[in-house]
Amino acid sequence: MVARVENKTPKILGLTAVLAVTLVIYYYVFLFLREGTANAWIIFAVSLLWGIGGVWFLFVLVTSIIDLCSEKVRQVVMPWAFAAPALFLVFYYLLLPTFRTIYLSFFNQDSSKFIGFDNFIYAFASPTMLESFKNNLIWIIFGGGISVLLGLLIAALADRTHPKFEVLMKTAVFLPMAVSMIAAAVIWKLVYAFAPGTEQVGLLNAVTVTLGGTPVPWLLQKPLNTYLLIVILIWMQTGFALVVLSAAIKGIPSELLEAARIDGASELQSFFKITIPYIQITLISVSTTIVIFTLKVFDIVFSMTGGNFGTQVIANEQYVQMFRNFDYGRGSAIAVVLLVTVLPVVYYNVRDFGKNAKGF
Amino acid sequence: MVAQKMNLSSKIIIYGILIFLGLFWTIPTFGLLVTSFRVPDDTSSSGWWEVFTEGKFSFTLQNYSAVLNPGDGATSNTAATINLNQAIINTIIMAIPSTVIPIFLAAIAAYAFAWMNFPGRKFLFMVLVALLVVPLQMSLIPILRDYRVLGLNGTFLGVWLANTGFGLPLATYLLYNYIVTLPREVFESAVVDGASHPTIFSKLVVPLSMPAFASFAIFQFLWVWNGVLIPLVFLGDDPSRIVLPQRILQMIGQYATNWQLLTAGAFVSMFIPLAVFIGFQQYFVRGLLAGSVKG
Repeated sequence: MVARVENKTPKILGLTAVLAVTLVIYYYVFLFLREGTANAWIIFAVSLLWGIGGVWFLFVLVTSIIDLCSEKVRQVVMPWAFAAPALFLVFYYLLLPTFRTIYLSFFNQDSSKFIGFDNFIYAFASPTMLESFKNNLIWIIFGGGISVLLGLLIAALADRTHPKFEVLMKTAVFLPMAVSMIAAAVIWKLVYAFAPGTEQVGLLNAVTVTLGGTPVPWLLQKPLNTYLLIVILIWMQTGFALVVLSAAIKGIPSELLEAARIDGASELQSFFKITIPYIQITLISVSTTIVIFTLKVFDIVFSMTGGNFGTQVIANEQYVQMFRNFDYGRGSAIAVVLLVTVLPVVYYNVRDFGKNAKGF
Repeated sequence: MVAQKMNLSSKIIIYGILIFLGLFWTIPTFGLLVTSFRVPDDTSSSGWWEVFTEGKFSFTLQNYSAVLNPGDGATSNTAATINLNQAIINTIIMAIPSTVIPIFLAAIAAYAFAWMNFPGRKFLFMVLVALLVVPLQMSLIPILRDYRVLGLNGTFLGVWLANTGFGLPLATYLLYNYIVTLPREVFESAVVDGASHPTIFSKLVVPLSMPAFASFAIFQFLWVWNGVLIPLVFLGDDPSRIVLPQRILQMIGQYATNWQLLTAGAFVSMFIPLAVFIGFQQYFVRGLLAGSVKG
């Protein structure tokens, strides 16, 4: 036993030397990539080698060294070779910044002076933020609510159609999920386009004119414009609700529905008495996901109206404070507000996980 | 089964509602596509539907050459500078490492959380789950400040690392959910044969987890490709680095009424994610069903 350990020592030392050299090379590649002045494709190739090959090589090297150590060292150290890289990045990019942002929210614009709760007074009482709160609430109720309801409706109805039609329908509703919000903004700007006179480029105004109305600059119409932006969110998010709820509905045992039918239940009765209770948990988790997503809505408002004309929302106001006004104090305070709104979900997720992880 | 028992009128109602909703979902995109093939004179004076109602259609590809070719100023002088080619390249350079790096790091971490023993395992994983829904906005200011000090601001490296860091909670969570369901016997027999953890991971877990890797990869790729906030904050708008969503955003400001250019540009930016999405839809759906909330 002792002899074997002695045999391994040179090997460990050798590999450690290789590791040291690798780390030095790694550092220089980092500097090269940070410089970023070389041809873009060379940077790309190096990054793939560095980020994938390099990380893999480091992992193999480190685990090989640990494998050569004694059983005791191995048991203690090996798990960290697996878990530490991801944990480090998550802590640095998410956990630590959360506390740093909370800290910054008590300081002034350039974080040079402690100002107490002033930023939070802004975050909770300024006219812009009050407008944002109101709008975010409208986004959640209408945007989130209608996305889930439409998803449920389409899932339930499409379940009764020809399978080919169902697939076609689902794909049509699902496809916008693959599109960036900016591309969606172009799509919908075209729908809402306005020109004075009778010749309209935008579909909505063309319909208005055909019905005998006068063209309207839709995105300037307060408070209608917020609802028109919400339509875009519904267009993009319903596919998510549809796919998940559809899978849940298909999971209902057919004997259950069959039994209800034999007992004389109508379609509507069996929908509310069997389908809904059966998919309840899925329904809650889909709603939560969509609400969180809606709460942080940014891209749509940013690209369609820039938060003007009474359409401001919390996430966009945060961006404005951070990158237009360079007020890091207010920007941080608004981010904290966003965090507080998702805290119940954080709590729920963790509690739920604790329940499921008994056999851990 | 169910369909046979329905009477004709309810069938008509169901199909009617669905077709109406289907049109709501497809017509706006269809309008975008049609507009991108029209000449400027048509797009500025008439709606795209007049292609069908009035026959107002002179088909052209010049909008696409205008947004793609750096030297082609065919439609207007300003169009010469659109150059979406560079933006496509930049987006690819941003998206691929941002997708691949987190998969590897998440896979080894998920394996550790699922099958290895270490102190704080449960607690650390809970922290990870908690971070799933923490808004990105919480991180932007501190990370931006660090990046300025480290010289990472405005570099692809900075964006890869940021996308990796922000993507890791979801990646680890999804892969953990998959890896933890692999049958215990597989691991036990490997341990009996004297296999070490790295061997078990690379010889058993990686090949078995390919479907889970694929579904996360699609997720992360679409998220990174379509994301606006992270490149906006960490990459900036220098033409040599600007990515597609941000370039289209600039175009919305610059060519507000040049619909033929805007629509062609938007379609160019949609093409790759749509292709990936349609090609790997089943993996994407599997990822969705695995229950995912992104911060």
